[in-house]
Amino acid sequence: MKKNIQDLLKERILVLDGAMGTMLQRYKFTEEDFRGERFKDWKSPVQGNNDMLSLTQPEAIAEVHRKYFAAGADIVETNTFSSTTIAMADYDMEEFVYDLNYESARIAKMVADEFTEKEPDKPRFVVGSIGPTNKTASMSPDVNDPGYRAVSFDELRIAYKQQVEALLDGGADMLMVETIFDTLNAKAALFAIEEVKEERNLEVPIMVSGTITDASGRTLSGQTAEAFLISVSHIPILSVGFNCALGADQLVPHLEVISAKTDYAVSAHPNAGLPNAFGEYDETPEQMATQIKEYLEKNLVNIVGGCCGTTPEHISAIANLVKGVKPRQI
Amino acid sequence: MSELKRKYLKLSGLEPLVLSAETNFINVGERTNVAGSKKFLRLIKEEKFEEALDVARDQVEGGAQIIDINMDDGLIDGKEAMVKFLNLVIAEPDIARVPIMIDSSKWEIIEAGLQVVQGKCVVNSISLKEGKEQFIEHAKLIKRYGAAVIVMAFDEVGQADNFERRIEISKRSYDILVNEVNFAPEDIIFDLNIFPVATGMEEHKLNAIDFIEATRWVKENLPHCSVSGGVSNVSFSFRGNNPVREAMHSVFLYHAIQAGMNMGIVNPAMLEVYDDIPKDLLEHVEDVILNRRDDATERLLDFAESVVGKAKDSKIDLSWREEPVQERITRALVKGIDKYIEEDVEEARINVTKPIEVIEGHLMTGMNVVGDLFGSGKMFLPQVVKSARVMKKAVAYLLPFIEEEKLKNPQTEDSSGNGKILMATVKGDVHDIGKNIVSVVLACNNYEIVDMGVMVPPEQIINKAKEENVDIIGLSGLITPSLDEMVFLAKEMERQKFTVPLLIGGATTSKAHTAVKIDPQYSNAVVHVNDASRAVTVVGDLLHEENSKSYKEGIKLDYEEFRDKFLKRTKKKEYKTIEEARANRFKIDWSTSNIKKPNKLGIQVLEDVELEKLEGYIDWSPFFRGWELHGKYPDILTDEVVGEQATELFADAQKMLQKIFNEKLFSARAIFGLFPANSIGVDDIEVNVEDKTYTFRTLRQQLKRREGVPDYALADFIAPKKLEKQDYIGCFCVSTGFGVDEIADAYKADLDDYNSILIKALADRLAEAYAEYLHKEVRINHWGYASDENLDNEALINETYKGIRPAPGYPACPDHLEKLTIWEILDIENKIGVKLTESLAMWPASSVSGYYFANEEARYFGLGKIKEDQVEDFAKRKGISLEEATKWLATNISDE
Repeated sequence: MKKNIQDLLKERILVLDGAMGTMLQRYKFTEEDFRGERFKDWKSPVQGNNDMLSLTQPEAIAEVHRKYFAAGADIVETNTFSSTTIAMADYDMEEFVYDLNYESARIAKMVADEFTEKEPDKPRFVVGSIGPTNKTASMSPDVNDPGYRAVSFDELRIAYKQQVEALLDGGADMLMVETIFDTLNAKAALFAIEEVKEERNLEVPIMVSGTITDASGRTLSGQTAEAFLISVSHIPILSVGFNCALGADQLVPHLEVISAKTDYAVSAHPNAGLPNAFGEYDETPEQMATQIKEYLEKNLVNIVGGCCGTTPEHISAIANLVKGVKPRQI
Repeated sequence: MSELKRKYLKLSGLEPLVLSAETNFINVGERTNVAGSKKFLRLIKEEKFEEALDVARDQVEGGAQIIDINMDDGLIDGKEAMVKFLNLVIAEPDIARVPIMIDSSKWEIIEAGLQVVQGKCVVNSISLKEGKEQFIEHAKLIKRYGAAVIVMAFDEVGQADNFERRIEISKRSYDILVNEVNFAPEDIIFDLNIFPVATGMEEHKLNAIDFIEATRWVKENLPHCSVSGGVSNVSFSFRGNNPVREAMHSVFLYHAIQAGMNMGIVNPAMLEVYDDIPKDLLEHVEDVILNRRDDATERLLDFAESVVGKAKDSKIDLSWREEPVQERITRALVKGIDKYIEEDVEEARINVTKPIEVIEGHLMTGMNVVGDLFGSGKMFLPQVVKSARVMKKAVAYLLPFIEEEKLKNPQTEDSSGNGKILMATVKGDVHDIGKNIVSVVLACNNYEIVDMGVMVPPEQIINKAKEENVDIIGLSGLITPSLDEMVFLAKEMERQKFTVPLLIGGATTSKAHTAVKIDPQYSNAVVHVNDASRAVTVVGDLLHEENSKSYKEGIKLDYEEFRDKFLKRTKKKEYKTIEEARANRFKIDWSTSNIKKPNKLGIQVLEDVELEKLEGYIDWSPFFRGWELHGKYPDILTDEVVGEQATELFADAQKMLQKIFNEKLFSARAIFGLFPANSIGVDDIEVNVEDKTYTFRTLRQQLKRREGVPDYALADFIAPKKLEKQDYIGCFCVSTGFGVDEIADAYKADLDDYNSILIKALADRLAEAYAEYLHKEVRINHWGYASDENLDNEALINETYKGIRPAPGYPACPDHLEKLTIWEILDIENKIGVKLTESLAMWPASSVSGYYFANEEARYFGLGKIKEDQVEDFAKRKGISLEEATKWLATNISDE
């Protein structure tokens, strides 16, 4: 019987994996590779739809998970950042949302179980990744019509509910509502999760991770770190934190705010610095680890990993760093 | 309770609101409630959502920490109104920063509201009225949506109206919520029903004390929860007697807050300071609230008679004259009273060794109080300008003594002050009211101001800045070409290796323009300052000895980021080609459109209209805005926050206006012409003036918008020539500015900036009023297309009349160059003396010019951004170089 995540969090700082997209780029998959056998006659171009690789290139997905576990990650995220009907509409692939989530969770779970079996002392977990979708529920995309909304709470709630059900069916141990740039989207996801929990009469640990978009210190929808924290603390969650958009050092002041003001665990998975002029992230594992050291010195986090631009090397550097360090008290 | 870890109610808008032990009391704004505000109800019914937003904004600015929004009215679709209004509120960061209270008796409205707000709201309210089952169902959903909840003390039997019922219902509600729903106890707020006292009914005697005692019980026995209520109910029986009501509210709150009430709806204007309540009144009111005597109600009723009509400031209280000299000087500065300042300053002077010490000591102590009060929003701009007037008079009195001291003792150093600031309105621009206000406020804060006036060429600014060795340069401008002047000056400062910070202000400036166009030109700090109160803090930070470096770096970075974000954001906009836009022009059905030939064609000059006639046409709201008092006239006069100041300012304005009328201080001049015209080549208007032909070039919207919305140009409102249907157009210029500068300067020379600014502001209002008046005359008489029109001033301001009078340089036709054509057609400079500067600003400043369009489908619109293809086409049509066209249209050209 593997230890549960709540107990582990009291013992040590847990390590989350790094970027999926950055790793998949290395495979240089062509349009044909994306399509695979199943979608070889699909009506529109699909290159760039990374989530569908779980259906057409499952080996690659499994390999990436394997690399992160081998680098020292305790938790990997499923390849489902955009696997909602809303985000998949870009590729007309709404009807495959269940398969996408189910298969992604299944693959990750399979790899996690391999590792847990080999190292029972270090159980591995799968967290179902629930992205923000490409629409915002509390901002208007039309500057001339500030009262307009491109998506409603109910549309989001229904889309998220499908994703959550499929992720759980596929074997996800936890769920993570992440890269939250509009808190109302996240609240719809949390609402959907609560519905599923009630209908299935189960408990599932939930991670919530917002995104501070720039140095203004606010989410894209305008909330400060503390206002964000207050807006997502209404249901029991495992952890709250931030990911993406900024490098590790820029996240410090915001992590300080939530670390001081929440009783939940705190997570952080920053980018490998800010993108350079070519849109690439070029912070080395050593550089990133130096910055993350500050999190530990200030006792800010319980879960730490990487977002855009991070690789197994980054995760390995982080895993070495947190080894033996006392976690933030929950 | 002490051994328990206290949990606090936490709410959020864009910013957090935590009701910790230190938060004494949270005030909920209730003006955005259709049940409580007739005005708000009317705005929602008429779908005037912009103005409804102003109501919300005013409340937040006035200090409401939560805003209650209620749309329960039989005549509106509450759910739709709630969602629409909330969506608009969310888009306004200055409103959305506070949490929202979603107030409705209908669950479907509450739920619709919860689905559009990202922050943690408060639901107002649920109760056991309809039974436990529904109570649980709603509470569960509220929790899932992530909101706190107000629970009314109401159950299946009825509303709690005594102590026992209040605690019975609270306890039952609390237990269900905490134990069965798992609702966080800190997210529960009880509304324990505030009912009136002193109604004459025996059973109402205990209403206040029962509420207070029930509050105490709830806070002691139901851990972590909050208590709220609507306070004004308690004094309901004293409607019409505000002094008594105000005292009752204060007394009630004083005791209720001590008992644990920590949230509520209170009108701050209807609240006396507890300590300021006269002893006898306090005793009578406390007897009633706390039910201390059987005859308390009768005694208060009797006593109230004597309080009625004794308005707060009915007699001038001169007791302050007995206080020590420093207190008197401070009070004179804070209250803007100049009557006694010279004698007080003299008294101070004879008690110090050097006269300068009075300025550095007594007067600065007083001005620091003014600065603090202004900074914390307790004083308003007109008051501060009056304080400055007192300060200047005091300094003027002292100057001869200071000079004398210098002669006696030549080593004495000059008082250095906080720093020296150059202020100028840039070349080609004549507007200076805002600049003068900022100058005065800065001067109040002990900065030395070098005011160069209006239309100042850049080389003069540069030279003066060097000569005076100033610490900051402030530039102001109202018309769009001034923006280029500012860019030019920033470049020049860079070239000449200036390092002093540059402040940018004025109606046409913006943070976006400053960040994108000015800031990159100058490697030192550039700050956009949009109001006088911010100017003080910005200048303080810029000149702060220790922190200025990091502040400037911060500013630089902030603008850089703002610029990046802005440029990225604008990339998302899409535009049509000018041909596509023309194809989608606004199409009037000319076969049925009613074209009225003007009663009298040609040009007319109006001399010497009596200024008094214009009074009724004044739009006062912008006048108050100019003084940073926000709100719509006349409501602003009774506004909770700025009402008192607005009333005082309005009285001063009325006085000045009468002086203007009686002494005929300004002369009003106007000219207008009505001519045959037709649109040609889609975007141009050909005008026939006697035997000559002129052409107005209009600009067309190009921004891609919703399907079905036409892309407007003014030419759309004139019948095309090819239809061979004769149409007409008008143009005009009015001015009330002749004589204004002289009087304003005289006031200034008399150290009276307040009246100097006031008279200029009034001249501007009169010019606008004249334009409104003339337009009406034209509609009814000269053109005569609306001879049966009968509109009051409010309807005029709201532009409910037929036809429009757009002005070059404003949103529908931002191109200032068209003024040249108007000037030529009407021969304005020769006929009435109004000139155009090189930037095409009108001189005198208090002037208005524009076109008249009579078609009933003509409407105001904003051009928005246009693309290169239209600029090229426009330059070609106009016969000017692309470069020149680009220069004049710069602010309207999309930079993608």
